[in-house]
Amino acid sequence: MMNSLEFSLAVGLFGAVAGFLGALTGLGGGVVMTPVLTLLFGIDIRYAIGATLVSVIATSSGAASAFLKEGFSNIRIGMFLEIATTLGAVAGAFLATRIPTSAVGVILGVVLLYSALISTRPKPDQHADATANPLAERLRLNSTYPTPHGWQPYRVQHVKTGFGLMFGAGAVSGLLGIGSGALKVLAMDHAMRIPFKVSTSTSNFMIGVTAAASAGVYLHRGYIDPVLAMPVMLGVSIGSLFGARHLSGADTRVLRILFGLVIGVLALEMIYNGLKGKI
Amino acid sequence: MPGKEDHTERILGVLLRAGAMAAAAVVLAGGIWYMAKFGTLPPHYRTFRGEPQDLRSVAGIWHGVLHGQPRSLIQFGLLLLIATPIARVVFSVIAFALERDKLYFALTLAVLSVLVWSLSGMGYAPH
Repeated sequence: MMNSLEFSLAVGLFGAVAGFLGALTGLGGGVVMTPVLTLLFGIDIRYAIGATLVSVIATSSGAASAFLKEGFSNIRIGMFLEIATTLGAVAGAFLATRIPTSAVGVILGVVLLYSALISTRPKPDQHADATANPLAERLRLNSTYPTPHGWQPYRVQHVKTGFGLMFGAGAVSGLLGIGSGALKVLAMDHAMRIPFKVSTSTSNFMIGVTAAASAGVYLHRGYIDPVLAMPVMLGVSIGSLFGARHLSGADTRVLRILFGLVIGVLALEMIYNGLKGKI
Repeated sequence: MPGKEDHTERILGVLLRAGAMAAAAVVLAGGIWYMAKFGTLPPHYRTFRGEPQDLRSVAGIWHGVLHGQPRSLIQFGLLLLIATPIARVVFSVIAFALERDKLYFALTLAVLSVLVWSLSGMGYAPH
């Protein structure tokens, strides 16, 4: 049996790897941290969720300046969609304290499986055929982003659908204590047709705000244990700082597939344990 | 992309990172302190008991810090961390106000309201 110090070092190491891969793939370290803590370390899912949620904020804030330097994020898109994600997050955090933990485990497994699928799928990046969306025009969401061929303009599509999906992403984030990076990218990349690198970094930008919205509920409920959150937060922060530094130019295809497989295995185990009532 | 907006974003990035760094430093200091005192004790996270009241509220955490509790110091660092994205939203509210961007001033203020409402602990029972 490990003592607290050894336990913290082990948790911190896993956190660093999760943070690195999470930042590189845009899925966030949080998506694997809760299952790692529950399945590998045998931690109650409520403590795991509380610690992971905190690390999600650290990932987002720590990586923000690296992302901003690249010129990929769109602050207007982020701010507009944050209305949906923060409201969703509060709703999700309320729900989390009212449903059984085994159900939380199963839902987390399903979201993880979905994230695994998304992470292995190739990214469509050219949306040259896009037409003007009146709401996007009014909200001035359209912008440009840097590519090897200079600054490329992009036009945001399906603003209302994206807003609705973001409420869902926020609710999932609040319910499971994860950043819901995959769901956010789905809404921005697939529905709103925002270029992948813009949606990844804007999503990173928004994740901290979304997580902060549910953090209050978790803190007041006693889900956030400082001694557990400490190594998770420090490990994930260090890992994600390195990951974000490698974001531009790196071919992340192989890593995405590997990370996707890891997430997939963890997801199935979460669902199995949840259904067996072991969570 | 207008230069002013670029400038605002760069400041935001620096602000966020500085906040995260400060929070991490406090958490690390509290962590080392805790490990020096209780590092040889076994961890106890298999069953959920919920944190004690003094680790659940800002006032309680501050009280613990003043009374030399390492756990409270870590929790204080985590509070700093939770505050960084909120500070960013506050900063955006001000930036949009200075730019006289009424639409985004209102949208950002709405986000801030949701955050404040959630963190104040209103709308749900404390236990």
